[in-house]
Amino acid sequence: MGILEAVLLTIITAATPLLLAAIGELVTERSGVLNLGVEGMMIIGAIAGFAFAQMTGNPYLGTLAGAILGALFSLFFGFLVLTLVTNQYATGLALTILGLGLSGLWGEAYIGVPGIKLQPVAIPLLSEIPFFGPLFFKQDILFYISIGLVCAVSYFLFRTNAGLKLRAVGDNHHSAHALGVNVIAVRYMAVMFGGACAGLAGAHLSLVYTPQWVENMSAGRGWIALALVVFASWRPYRVLSGAYLFGAVGIAQLHAQALGIGIPSQFLSALPYIATVVVLVLISRNRRLTLINTPATLGKGFVPDR
Amino acid sequence: MRIELQRRDAPSRRMSLLSPLIALALTMLTGCIIFLVLGVDPIAGIYAFFVEPLTETWSLHELAIKAAPLILIAIGLSICFRSSNWNIGAEGQFITGAIAGSAIPILMPEASGAWVLPAMLVLGMLGGAAWAAIPAFCKTRFNANEILTSLMLVYVAQLFLDWLVRGPWRNPEGFNFPESRTFSAGQILPEILDSGRTHYGAVFAVVLAVILWLSLTKTVKGFEIRVIGQARRAGAFAGFDANRLTIFAFLLSGALAGLAGISEVSGAIQQLRPSISPGYGFTAIIVAFLGRLNPLGIIVAGTVLALTYLGSEAAQIMLGISDKIGRVFQGLLLFYVLSCDTLIHYRIRFAAIDRRPSKEIA
Amino acid sequence: MGRVLPTGQEDQELLLSTRGLTKTFGDLVANDALDLDIRKGEIHALLGENGAGKSTLVKMLYGSLQPDSGSIIWRGKETSIANPAAARHLGIGMVFQHFSLFEALTVADNILISTDNPVSRQRIAQDAERLAQSYGLPLNTRSYVGDLSVGERQRVEIVRCLLQNPQLIILDEPTSVLTPQEAEGLFETLLRLRAEGCSVLYISHRLDEVKALCDRATVLRHGKMIGECDPAEETAASLAAMMVGAQVEKVERDHDGALEAAGEVLLELSDAGLEPESPFAVRLRNLVLQVRSGEIVGIAGVAGNGQSELFRLISGEVSAPHDQIKIRGKQAGGLGVNGRRRLGAAFVPEERLGHGAVPDMTLSENLLLSRHASDRVAFQRFGPLGVVWKSMLTEAMTRICDAMDVRKSTADPAASALSGGNLQKFIVGRELDRQPSILVVNQPTWGVDAGAAQHIRKALVDLAKSGSAILMISQDLDEIFEIADRILVIDDGSLREAGAASKVTREEVGMLMGGATAGMRTSTPSSEENHAH
Repeated sequence: MGILEAVLLTIITAATPLLLAAIGELVTERSGVLNLGVEGMMIIGAIAGFAFAQMTGNPYLGTLAGAILGALFSLFFGFLVLTLVTNQYATGLALTILGLGLSGLWGEAYIGVPGIKLQPVAIPLLSEIPFFGPLFFKQDILFYISIGLVCAVSYFLFRTNAGLKLRAVGDNHHSAHALGVNVIAVRYMAVMFGGACAGLAGAHLSLVYTPQWVENMSAGRGWIALALVVFASWRPYRVLSGAYLFGAVGIAQLHAQALGIGIPSQFLSALPYIATVVVLVLISRNRRLTLINTPATLGKGFVPDR
Repeated sequence: MRIELQRRDAPSRRMSLLSPLIALALTMLTGCIIFLVLGVDPIAGIYAFFVEPLTETWSLHELAIKAAPLILIAIGLSICFRSSNWNIGAEGQFITGAIAGSAIPILMPEASGAWVLPAMLVLGMLGGAAWAAIPAFCKTRFNANEILTSLMLVYVAQLFLDWLVRGPWRNPEGFNFPESRTFSAGQILPEILDSGRTHYGAVFAVVLAVILWLSLTKTVKGFEIRVIGQARRAGAFAGFDANRLTIFAFLLSGALAGLAGISEVSGAIQQLRPSISPGYGFTAIIVAFLGRLNPLGIIVAGTVLALTYLGSEAAQIMLGISDKIGRVFQGLLLFYVLSCDTLIHYRIRFAAIDRRPSKEIA
Repeated sequence: MGRVLPTGQEDQELLLSTRGLTKTFGDLVANDALDLDIRKGEIHALLGENGAGKSTLVKMLYGSLQPDSGSIIWRGKETSIANPAAARHLGIGMVFQHFSLFEALTVADNILISTDNPVSRQRIAQDAERLAQSYGLPLNTRSYVGDLSVGERQRVEIVRCLLQNPQLIILDEPTSVLTPQEAEGLFETLLRLRAEGCSVLYISHRLDEVKALCDRATVLRHGKMIGECDPAEETAASLAAMMVGAQVEKVERDHDGALEAAGEVLLELSDAGLEPESPFAVRLRNLVLQVRSGEIVGIAGVAGNGQSELFRLISGEVSAPHDQIKIRGKQAGGLGVNGRRRLGAAFVPEERLGHGAVPDMTLSENLLLSRHASDRVAFQRFGPLGVVWKSMLTEAMTRICDAMDVRKSTADPAASALSGGNLQKFIVGRELDRQPSILVVNQPTWGVDAGAAQHIRKALVDLAKSGSAILMISQDLDEIFEIADRILVIDDGSLREAGAASKVTREEVGMLMGGATAGMRTSTPSSEENHAH
């Protein structure tokens, strides 16, 4: 395996959790709901994935548990912002705080326990292709899911009736309600989908990226995923490129640290966070363009008249 | 059964007083359930958590020491949140304030005299304000989401502090421990009572909370903050400049977080370490909401949240359960506070599916 | 009330009727035991003031609201309409007042979303274009709704509704956003639908229209049914009296006298303009306007042609080059809203809750909203500390409420607790209390009951008599002709002079308002294509 191949492999591994979380949040935001609890749902997915893999000895069941618990956990948020119409910003933060707390409590028993890694699955024939084969066709299942989800979400949003309804709800919930679309139900679905995806992203962290349990191991990735959705102007395929870009930045700083170039490691570690700020500034600079792309009801509560 | 909301004509005053209390009660109730799940007697758990720390003088002092930064940060955040500026990077501003204020004792260890402490406090406030100015500038100038930028800067500040105490600011006589030199007598915030460690940070917190409450409720500036937060277009109609208020709110809350940072370092820790905050900047968000974004309410809320820090330590020692339970309680509390706030603006009806019989509460 | 129930023979003709239909919101009885009858193939008017319960009724017929009690009988059978899809399935279509359209979606997607049977986007687009063509309503299904004019949007709504082959079409205030000429086109469509056997439930407060178009009318007041009548046999005045429950007098105004007596120019725009700030905002350009002391200048126009942008420009919520705007002869373009207030100008925005007032704040706080700077001495104490002088505010608030007859339940209620009419009286009174030399008001009586509207118009006329200059932006042509002395039309961000109110006709003003539909706006691909066909 060449050095380039190795670097690309690590980039893919770093990008996959970002991609999973961001594509889920994209669907949530397209329905008009801003869930700032991605970090919390992700860490719940991480501990659930790790714990269930330990209990069952099967990392696939762990992965499934990550998705299911992520979705269930997002229901706390959904109930508050959709049924009780609480402030979406504050409620998302609450979800993050609660997720970090619960995962810490649950994970105490697992600190230092060696993890179970989700092994790569080679796709026959395709994985034999030189260079590309090992990169794209000899990966863990979560990689395939992440790519599949991007395509599926894009198809769903722009080619299906249900996707049209979801976009319509995000554009104008009053109109959608007047036409008989169940705004709240659509949003519950979207929030749970986002939760499941964030849960998968977390499971990737504790089952693939670093197969162990470390407190707060999501380390701000949930927030970066949120920034990615803005970066992508709410378009699925742009999330793909964004996630890989951010994955590359993260890996570049790791490699730079390993090479021991003269910059203190802390500065290099800060790079992904600084990059996020810079990218946000660059993307948001054009106010008009941002307004056109942003789902019009994003962050706004909806109370149907009865 | 389905839950329906019915908007009240005007916000309920009764509910705005009751909602934090209901939230607290619900949190304790849920706490009992969690204790049961963990196999702990819930009464003993609640006692250890919420009552025990209040029974001894030293722990009351600890309570004040922990409440001070929470209150200082939260009153600043209340100004931000009231004006719809979502500064959630107070943790970073706390750290940069601590760093800036510590520059004097660390770079000029011999410095002494009456000017030293005030200079440290001012530098601390400037450090916090400067860090908060970045997201404010990115928001007003480039329209960048302040939630994400302010939060990203927390990580940057943490890494910067880590670099300082392991690198240039490491104590030369510290056996390679990642710590700065300890501050000398004139560089430490004095204690206010003979009975314990409570330092002047607590005084700052209470005095500033009262001043901020007066400004918010009695002055036109306070009116401006409330108007822009509730109805931005009405704010423009009143001739208030939302962008200038964004800068103002960020600088103010950054300065207060910075003051909290330098007070904590100078009063309680007395040196810089890689980690100087048990998440005060994030917990203060809960404090702000539990206090209903009212500076006087925040004094009470800050004390309650400080109790969760002490309580989780007490619960760990007495009952042998993880101190992580404190974070869970904090998260639950915020959830319940936000849910109960709905009651201020809405009546809640539980309607049967056929929509006929309905019963109103509250 | 007290009506004779339809006989068996009439039952045959009934398409839809309601019996004892009731809906309450909290303490408010929005619909109180309504018995409505709509026959097959008739255009049936539903009349009533704002808040009379018309919208609640039609929402129940379209399934967006569920009645608390009473029944809906559709073609002789009692039915419950669980949701809009069920209504569409029965054959009930709806054209909303505030369109239920999605700006970020294409016309085709907007139509597709209310189609309950699975069809392809291509198919629906073809059907829609064919149907639109046959009714003479040109439509490009590929354009984004956000780019369409108000009239074009209504076309989308109507075509979307017709595609379902409805037997009953409900139109909620359809002409309030149209020019008189566009309204004529709509009437032709409706008459053709009636000829095809379709029934129409037509909600309007324009009584002349109702008289000309409708076969029967049902009048609602305060949620109760007042009666049923044949509009052709009534006069506009008698219909209005039924709606309001009392005679409503028009405000008297000697337009020509006012123009003759008008004094110096107090408000002047010279070649002013404004770049759009958001994707769907209108660009203002080359605005020239003078308003003199003692005159009321009305600006007519179809909604969405730059009225709110014009208000923002004149009020100073956005700044302009310093010399483009003059207030009492002083350059004011660079001044903010408070700088202009200090020069003697006062402003009343269109939207009451959220712009003119903060919903959750009390009236006295809302008084401070527009007057904290211009009346600093009166309402602030302790100099630089800027402490709010509560007692003075309360006093002024009480004075304003007395002067404008604002009815409130408590001494100092939240703005949101007032009815639309009472809140509007307060917001207008708040500015009149200053005796401003210039008053700029956007849609002074939009969504306000007749009594309050008359009170407000009278107050404006009185202010003009005292020598102030008044600029009134309004979509309501009746209102413009009632009190404005001179009329201009705003159309796609440009102002055009129509002339003195006594010299110009409604049709002429209508032509100018429609200038947009005939000129600028139709340069979108939609109409070009259709013109080519």
